[in-house]
Amino acid sequence: MSERTLEIEKPRSLKNFFFQWEWFLIALFVIINIVNSLLSPYYFTADTFLSTPMNFLDKAFLVYPMMMIIVLGNIDVSVGSIIALSSVIMAVSYNAGLSMPLAMVLCLAVSTFCGFINGFLQAKFRELSSTIITISTQIIYRGIAYIILEDKAAGKFPTWFSFLGWGYIGKVPFIMIVFIVFTILFAILIHKTRFGRQLFAMGNNSTACRYSGIKTENMLISVSTIMGFMAGITALFLTSRMGSTRPNVATGYELDVIAMVVLGGVSTSGGKGRITGPLLSIFIIGFLNYGLGLFNISAQVLLIIIGALLIVAVMLQNLRFDKSGQKSGAKHVQLKR
Amino acid sequence: MKNSQSSKLSDNARELGLLGFIVVLALLFQLRNPEFLTFSNLRDLLNNTAILGVLSVGMMMILLTGGIDLSIGATIAFSGMVTALTVSAYPTISPILSLAEGTLVGVVVGVIVGFLVAYCKILPIIASLGMMNIVRGLTYLVSKGKWVSAYQMSDGFKAISTGATLGISNLILIAIVIYVIFAYFLSSTRTGRYIYAVGSSPDTADVVGIPRKRILLLVYTTMGALAGLAGVLWVSRYASAQGDTAQGYEMSVIAAVVLGGVSVSGGRGKVIGIILGTILFGMLNNALPLINISPFWQQAIQGVVILLAVISNVLIKRNNDRMTLRRRAI
Repeated sequence: MSERTLEIEKPRSLKNFFFQWEWFLIALFVIINIVNSLLSPYYFTADTFLSTPMNFLDKAFLVYPMMMIIVLGNIDVSVGSIIALSSVIMAVSYNAGLSMPLAMVLCLAVSTFCGFINGFLQAKFRELSSTIITISTQIIYRGIAYIILEDKAAGKFPTWFSFLGWGYIGKVPFIMIVFIVFTILFAILIHKTRFGRQLFAMGNNSTACRYSGIKTENMLISVSTIMGFMAGITALFLTSRMGSTRPNVATGYELDVIAMVVLGGVSTSGGKGRITGPLLSIFIIGFLNYGLGLFNISAQVLLIIIGALLIVAVMLQNLRFDKSGQKSGAKHVQLKR
Repeated sequence: MKNSQSSKLSDNARELGLLGFIVVLALLFQLRNPEFLTFSNLRDLLNNTAILGVLSVGMMMILLTGGIDLSIGATIAFSGMVTALTVSAYPTISPILSLAEGTLVGVVVGVIVGFLVAYCKILPIIASLGMMNIVRGLTYLVSKGKWVSAYQMSDGFKAISTGATLGISNLILIAIVIYVIFAYFLSSTRTGRYIYAVGSSPDTADVVGIPRKRILLLVYTTMGALAGLAGVLWVSRYASAQGDTAQGYEMSVIAAVVLGGVSVSGGRGKVIGIILGTILFGMLNNALPLINISPFWQQAIQGVVILLAVISNVLIKRNNDRMTLRRRAI
């Protein structure tokens, strides 16, 4: 364990610079784009690169908070359900007469509260893994959405609400601008603040952090609460794009998001990762989906590809991180003898 | 191992408490609706929970090692679909062969998940989440999005789940046989005890020479086999194989198992506990419609039940540990 170093503290050298996971991701991105452009002659236009991301950027809001959770060594499989619940509550309260801006605030409040509950349970019952806690809240949140709306759809939002998902400012989609803002905010939060440093430290050794005075319970709660808030943002954009909502929206989002984070080079054992990786993999998976759409490949095959991508990405990650881990393990045994 | 003498009494107390809870709940349901404690309803209840029971044994073994498997709903659908397609193509195929075929499909999925977890060191939730999507996608692919309906299945195939042997329905019989085998396996064989050891303390298991990776592989393969078997039973019982068969069913199985007192952090749990947990869970599913609770409430209730069960497991364990410490102080 003592041999482990934080990813961000690696010495800067030319070798380290070129042996970075991000280069692999960039290569992947370029390959996907070359294949896409071979498939469709109209592919390489500025329009493609501006409008295609509108299809997948709603999910992208979840990637950074999910990265923070995975850096902690935890996981959250309840995000899809949080989106569904907050979106349903927004739609129902609007239809019940609440004004739209207030309904949107309510949506964010509900999702933030759901995230807070996740974090609170994890902090109070440290014996339980985040897996089992978020599995049960996943069922509860979506269950509540079903109780509220049963099997119906709700919508009839005011026309300006569709601007969130479909609007442009100049030539740039509104959702893209919001995404860039959040990317900058999270990059600062994760890599430039004390909060971010504590995050990585906790992912490496939570017990040591508690003894050195980091309020680990507060960290767990705040990270999950941020996740909840961002799920609310996703709910706003997703609902706006669809125009109406049902209790079964965003099913399986957690898988896509976890796949993006892990493909981005964030280790599932916690404490390692950089925000550029997940940022790249958002666009890799997004454009991959788009390309498969050009190919006319069905959604089922997409399921298989995302599943396989997730597994392969984790396997590659394990290979990458295993070397240092084994070395320190061997040394450990020798010391004992 | 954690089942040492000091906690034996309280461990049994947990099962007794569960039994007491089941009795009280049954009486309450009976008060609300006198249809509940009739022979035919109880038979329906057991029939409906038999598949859950088969699966809960496998999930218990996985939780004992500290893992989790979210792919079983997809495995059920895939094995059911493959078997149903075979039956519709060759109607004369023997039901026993169908069972074997489904189980084999499940074994293949289970081996892959087990290999990923044990040898590639992928977190169980990620490996099984990935496999869930792959297998679910394959189910749609092999069926080309179509259903296999009752008229395409032979009577012999449908009789697997609807028939009875010696007056007991086949489903219940299969569940009992599996319970007996695994109760013996887990409590009285060396490999069974190894499973507990791996979950209690993986490092210790390594040090004392337990083949931890092989145990993990075995556990996930067994889960796959049981899920494959359950797939055949499912399709035969409902006489329909669909792409979305058993979607989310893994959650019900996990709920039943944690209700039965199996610790999600590994190393603790008994077959008698999960039998009670499965019955309790089946009772909730069966009785809620009987007392006029909308089906839309079921999912939320299920989630609350899981959460309360895991939290109460933690509180009981904390209490046990405190008692043990206090005893030691004297």
